[in-house]
Amino acid sequence: MFTDDAGKGGAAAGGPGNSAGSNRRTGGDLVQLITPAGERVSHPEFDLWVQDVSDEQLCSLYQDMVVIRRIDTEATALQRQGELALWPPLLGQEASQIGSARALRDDDFVFPSYRDNGVAYVRGVNLADIVKAWRGNALAGWDPYTVNVATQQIIIGSQTLHATGYAMGIQNDGADSVAVAYFGDGATSEGDVSEAMVFAASFQAPVVFFCQNNHWAISEPVMLQSHIQLADRAAGFGIPSMRVDGNDVLAVMAATRIAIDRARHGGGPTFIEAVTYRMGPHTTADDPTRYRDANELEDWAAKDPIARVKSLLERKGLLTGELEAAVAAKADAVAKELRAGTINMPEPQPLDIFKNVYSTPNSWLDRQQDHYSRYLASFGDPAEAASEEGAR
Amino acid sequence: MTQMTFARAINSGLRKSLENDPKVILMGEDIGALGGVFRVTDGLQKDFGKHRVVDTPLAESGIIGTAVGLAYRGYRPVVEIQFDGFIYPAFDQIVSQVAKMHYRTQGAVKMPITIRVPFGGGIGSPEHHSESPEAYFTHTSGLRVVSVSNPQDAYTMIQQAIASDDPVLYFEPKRRYHDKGEVDESQDLGTALPLDKARVVTEGKDVTLVAYGPLVKTARDAALAAADEGISIEVIDLRSLAPVDFATLEASVRKTGRLVITHEAGQSGGVGAELAASITERCFYHLEAAPVRVTGFDVPYPYSKLEMHHLPGLDRILDGVDRALGRPNSLSGLEG
Repeated sequence: MFTDDAGKGGAAAGGPGNSAGSNRRTGGDLVQLITPAGERVSHPEFDLWVQDVSDEQLCSLYQDMVVIRRIDTEATALQRQGELALWPPLLGQEASQIGSARALRDDDFVFPSYRDNGVAYVRGVNLADIVKAWRGNALAGWDPYTVNVATQQIIIGSQTLHATGYAMGIQNDGADSVAVAYFGDGATSEGDVSEAMVFAASFQAPVVFFCQNNHWAISEPVMLQSHIQLADRAAGFGIPSMRVDGNDVLAVMAATRIAIDRARHGGGPTFIEAVTYRMGPHTTADDPTRYRDANELEDWAAKDPIARVKSLLERKGLLTGELEAAVAAKADAVAKELRAGTINMPEPQPLDIFKNVYSTPNSWLDRQQDHYSRYLASFGDPAEAASEEGAR
Repeated sequence: MTQMTFARAINSGLRKSLENDPKVILMGEDIGALGGVFRVTDGLQKDFGKHRVVDTPLAESGIIGTAVGLAYRGYRPVVEIQFDGFIYPAFDQIVSQVAKMHYRTQGAVKMPITIRVPFGGGIGSPEHHSESPEAYFTHTSGLRVVSVSNPQDAYTMIQQAIASDDPVLYFEPKRRYHDKGEVDESQDLGTALPLDKARVVTEGKDVTLVAYGPLVKTARDAALAAADEGISIEVIDLRSLAPVDFATLEASVRKTGRLVITHEAGQSGGVGAELAASITERCFYHLEAAPVRVTGFDVPYPYSKLEMHHLPGLDRILDGVDRALGRPNSLSGLEG
């Protein structure tokens, strides 16, 4: 039976899955560099990968996490106010998303799921574009090539194959960038994720599989997905893996840097299991109180990713009033911009429905568009038509 | 002009595309050293290398899904699905990703992926090796679906499919792989019949008979046999199943007033159903009789000892022509 040691606050307590050894693994223990109490603990290997993180950068990571939590809160509010049809909160996963995304280079390419909106923010996606699809104004909000982030993937696990194929292309081009696939614990049950790992291993593609084990696939707990630790799955594909505390921004950053560095230098794929917790619902449409225990939530609240960085900053004497004010101002500004961008988003036009189905004209669709535009035109002046409707 | 088999013509077209565009990359199971189970990719890996002609792991969703990633990166993947019945594990990647990426990204990401599918029956194969799954894909917006019927088209249309910025499902009639025909390898793609156009194979005035892929030859044979009885059949090779070139079909039906459609796939919800409905909408006052479909039955593809009953042959097609013409036929006396 799968047991999760992250829930017990241990820095390196291995679950039973850790007995499945492989000399290709970087390690199956849960790596932690910042304890839930905000204490910096050392790790012989991982420390090397974050030793350059300055106090200033640590403050910036803290700010990023606060800001994406604020984006999440604001988007949830916008959904409740009827401005968004749906929103998938990332509450609790801030360290996983910021720690990993801040480890990437601009020319690396990200293939996210629908929940990785913090990653999108870090990559520079416009705030309104992050919620565009959830408002129903587009299927996806941004041009992937402007930010090197594929659009949010809704089909579970599908994007791991896209990342792998993209990485094969990088390899063919002789470039040294890296593709990163973001997915959750539930996705590891999908065939596509297994196939992606087969392809990645076969071709030693420069891809990082970044799995955020947030413990819940809608209402299904992770133990329904796997009886071993997810990181241990990778060994079966010949892919080295790491299992890190996903609520620890430094541990996540170190792991991602290790994986990225390996991929960049021809070392092939790496699987990272960031052990975290989805504090909110799967989306604003579900009710987690139906399927999970309040005590579990409380346990995880004690390991909050933002609180622990805050404690660390406090310990280091970095948490000044000035910093707090600056972070709060940034979060306020971002939330304001998100709200304004959402409410002022231009409405799509009816005939936009026919755009971009094909790259080149399609006679069937042209005919349907023609017929529909005649139909719309049959109402004459839209304003007049609306008032007639009202008169009935 | 060179005499070559259907399989060789595709091979030659693939070779030309590989030569002309360094972004073209072939992927599939067994396509490298073996040259594909039908030898369609014979010799290409030897000449273009393992990075251009990639033997993949045995995983259809993986093949299509990684092709999506390669297309994202600017490549033009040409993927081989070994047999028709093996395409289903890749269905999600094809209909949810390949077909919709351009729409989803409002045109930012192109998916110039060609998916080659040896399809259809008549070669005595075991289960899953003789199916005609084309209708699943004609129903999906964003995909182009074509089927080729002769070596010249096979040569030209594979190159057009690869050059298309839209994803194309390219259905190859496997029972015709060894048929020979003249191929003009110097043909200019720019002046060739466009990928989405139908071709009038033989002109006629009494009945329009539409076929594609493996049944174009059968339809042509039927037209020859009918001519002996004084019936003039216009045979149209549909070529593009999505979108359909209705202009060519309409012109023919307005002339003949009668329409017979034949395909190997089952009847219900098939390509023939779409043609019958659309032509009825467009040419209702020109039709002298209801469109007739001569197709495979709505059964799982049967074991090979019975497949010739399932597949429309020359006589079944002629019986359908008789129905369209109101001549005595196997259903004479039945209402409806």
